[in-house]
Amino acid sequence: MRRTLLPQRLTGLFGLALLLFNFPLIALWDRPATVWGLPLFPAALFALWALLIVLLAVLMEDAGD
Amino acid sequence: MLAAPLVLGTAAAYLLLLFAVAAWGDRRARQGRSVVGNAWVYALSMAVYCTAWTYFGSVGRAASGGIWFLPIYLGPMLAMTLAWLVLRKMIRIANHYRITSIADFVASRYGQSPLLAGLVTLITVVGIVPYIALQLKAIASGYAVLTTPLGAEPAARGPWWQDGTLAVALALAGFTMVFGTRHRDASERHEGMVTAIAFESVVKLLAFLAVGAFITWGLFAGPGDLFARAQAVPELATLLTLGQGQPFPYAQWLALTLLSMLSVVFLPRQFQVMVVENVDERHLKRAAWVFPAYLLAINVFVLPIALGGLLYFGGRSVNPDTFVLSLPLAAGQPTLALAAFIGGLSAATGMVIVEAIAVSTMVCNDLVMPLLLRLRRFARHGDLTGLLLGIRRAAIVVILLLGYLYFHFAGEAYALVSIGLISFAAVAQFAPALLGGMYWKGGTRGGALAGLLAGFGLWVYTLMLPSIAKSGWWHTDFVDAGPWGIVLLRPEQLFGLAGLDYLTHSLFWSLLANVGLYVAVSLARLPSAREASQALLFVDVFERTQSAHPVFWRGRAELTDLLALAGRFLGAARARTLFEDYARRAGLGGFEQIEPDAQLVQFVETQLAGVIGSASARVMVASAVQEEALALDDVMRILDEATQLRAYSRALEEQSASLRRATEELRAANEQLKSLDRLKDDFMSSVTHELRTPLTSIRALAEMMADDPQMDVAQRQQFLGIVVAETQRLSRLVNQVLDLAKIESGHAEWRNSDVDMRALVQQAAQAMAEPLREQGTQLTLELPERVPTLRADADRLTQVLLNLLGNAAKFVPKPGGRIGLRLTTDAAGVTVQVRDNGPGVPEEQRSLIFERFHQGGDINHRPTGTGLGLPISRQIVEHFGGRIGLRADIDQGACFEFTLPWEAPEQAARDTGDPP
Repeated sequence: MRRTLLPQRLTGLFGLALLLFNFPLIALWDRPATVWGLPLFPAALFALWALLIVLLAVLMEDAGD
Repeated sequence: MLAAPLVLGTAAAYLLLLFAVAAWGDRRARQGRSVVGNAWVYALSMAVYCTAWTYFGSVGRAASGGIWFLPIYLGPMLAMTLAWLVLRKMIRIANHYRITSIADFVASRYGQSPLLAGLVTLITVVGIVPYIALQLKAIASGYAVLTTPLGAEPAARGPWWQDGTLAVALALAGFTMVFGTRHRDASERHEGMVTAIAFESVVKLLAFLAVGAFITWGLFAGPGDLFARAQAVPELATLLTLGQGQPFPYAQWLALTLLSMLSVVFLPRQFQVMVVENVDERHLKRAAWVFPAYLLAINVFVLPIALGGLLYFGGRSVNPDTFVLSLPLAAGQPTLALAAFIGGLSAATGMVIVEAIAVSTMVCNDLVMPLLLRLRRFARHGDLTGLLLGIRRAAIVVILLLGYLYFHFAGEAYALVSIGLISFAAVAQFAPALLGGMYWKGGTRGGALAGLLAGFGLWVYTLMLPSIAKSGWWHTDFVDAGPWGIVLLRPEQLFGLAGLDYLTHSLFWSLLANVGLYVAVSLARLPSAREASQALLFVDVFERTQSAHPVFWRGRAELTDLLALAGRFLGAARARTLFEDYARRAGLGGFEQIEPDAQLVQFVETQLAGVIGSASARVMVASAVQEEALALDDVMRILDEATQLRAYSRALEEQSASLRRATEELRAANEQLKSLDRLKDDFMSSVTHELRTPLTSIRALAEMMADDPQMDVAQRQQFLGIVVAETQRLSRLVNQVLDLAKIESGHAEWRNSDVDMRALVQQAAQAMAEPLREQGTQLTLELPERVPTLRADADRLTQVLLNLLGNAAKFVPKPGGRIGLRLTTDAAGVTVQVRDNGPGVPEEQRSLIFERFHQGGDINHRPTGTGLGLPISRQIVEHFGGRIGLRADIDQGACFEFTLPWEAPEQAARDTGDPP
């Protein structure tokens, strides 16, 4: 069951990444705030990116042969 | 600044190290301990995506546009989420049909078309030359930054023979030749090169991180301080926002993301490392996330370096593209600057090596060979293996020289990033034909040709020509006013489309025309037989197995012709080995016995495709055999046959599997029956033996009494006593055999009631008390105060207890015997132990005493009894879900123990208290 779900999960992840990195969601982070001294906008982009990598890693390493 | 000899020496030493790593990788591969068979190496080799453009250009881009350096790396992230679905299919196809380049892939898909192969190669060469120029420019300007005093103008360029960049280009060409063209077979993987690229990826990442860390924590007091100081400067603060005060151009953002998403697969070097050099498609699983993680890591410090440089240099004019070098240099860290230069050199050389190998393979297989093979002289030529290598080497030199020329004439005008994006847009033109061909069977050669030509044409018109014009090599009138003053044809606002930047504009028109014509022309007519057969092989690659592979070929061939053909391109010895392997796989004695059928023709064609590309291989095979043209109907028929064959073979496999299972079951059942039969025989012989002993003595005594009527009464009385005792023994034996048989067959009657084990044990002890006292044995009871009742047959349990006690009584010394009877309870059930101080049960007999007719003690001192007591006891205890056994942890004597659970198994519990 897990194997048959993998293509759909990956496609879903692709859709999520496309949405997160484009208009209008990306504009949500564009505000003059800082987190731990870092400007929010670049920090958020990198954090989202890292999150996507982790999700992808979990999906791929979990997939079995 | 650094001394020129030091910089040159270090660079040369680094290149030698890279070469040593490659040689090591090749040696390991030859020894069969390949380092490339590793998902991490595969993932790191993908990082050849990060070139000098990433290394120097990203910082430059960030210094002027803030986060605009990011889409180039977010695209690969997006692409990698789909890698397992798309890239794996590409790898499978390439592996199956020995495809060695993008041109080969496209040409092979659309009916092995030499025209298509040539066109793709041409587009690649034109598109990739600026990219190679970019690497040369990066190395040259990096070298200049290191060796000239800060802020001073670089020395004016001397005549071309003194130009260091030319030397760099030639050195890299030589290096690439040694790396990449040692093997003739291009699909034979370049393991040494991949090892070197993986190593190179680590070097450039570490160097870049070192510079980033130095600037963040060395020049500034950490990222917080750096960003706070940047935000205090209004011009820098806007760099950290989305639109920098302007409305955000989302179309451009999306276009850049999609562009890099396509490029990460379709750039020749990416296709080379991801698809051609892949040794195991399962490596993709790790690489799919390690590669984006690598990109994330190499981008973390881009903004800090860019902002740091802008803050540090203030108003001074220092090219942001060189901040990675100039910042450490200005801060008095020449060693770090040198390391940073090595990192950049590493990124540039890695790119140039892989790109040149990939493109030279394409030029050789898809451009030069098809032309050469048309010439009569070459068609008759003998061994062509040396020629192949020569062409590739020449192609490498030509590509690098073209790159140098581009750099020399146009490179100065543009920032690194703009040059790279031009190349990206060129290779993106392959996407419709390639992706469409992998998923849509209707795509045709005509469609692919039309789409590629239109896309490439528009790319040239809207991107390439304006960039040349802007470099000052052409008047810019036609860009500003349109050719011949026709405003609608202005290349950067074609048909009046305004509001997009030049890259998005070009990408939109070229891909629109590309996809549109690809689909429209493909739909204009049915695919030809050859196109249809290749489409089937590509689109359904996951459904094809080796056994049921359709071969779309019909005709007549001669074994010797095919062998000679293979020998011309592979070398005679290698061709012979391949044929011998083929014969062995087919189960033939030698290669002379090979049937020159369609299968063999396809085998030879695939082998040739690995060396000279599929289009040329097709031409060569067609020239060596007599083949019949296939019609579309034939293709469909062959496919149907293969599909049926596959269905048959699957059904056959299933059938044979179920047969195998049935046979296994039958064999097991047979084994069981046999052992039951043996048991029955043993049982019968034991029973008859046990019956015969008392019968013999009864008969002997009776005969003696019959023969001797004078026998005195006392004697007769004694004999009669023995006869009675033996008869009793006989009937006891018969009863027990019947009893056991009943229990075993499940016909026994069980009279279940609530049994108080404490009372039961006391009763049994009382019953045995008298005989035990007579033989001088002491019986001790150890009972808890109260025991809950359990559901069982009281008589049967008494039988078990008496049996165990009787056994103990037989074996204890007389007098002086001691028997302990102990009852304990726990959560699971009740346990009864019968312990004696007899000789105990020898180790080897412990497993046997519960077998029927096995009696303890040695042969000479057989105790009285039938040998059925313990087996019956075991049957009874197990009927109530308990266990009976001999405790092994007893030093002296024997200790039998049985346990009954509070809850009897379902079947035992169902037995009614009343007899049926």
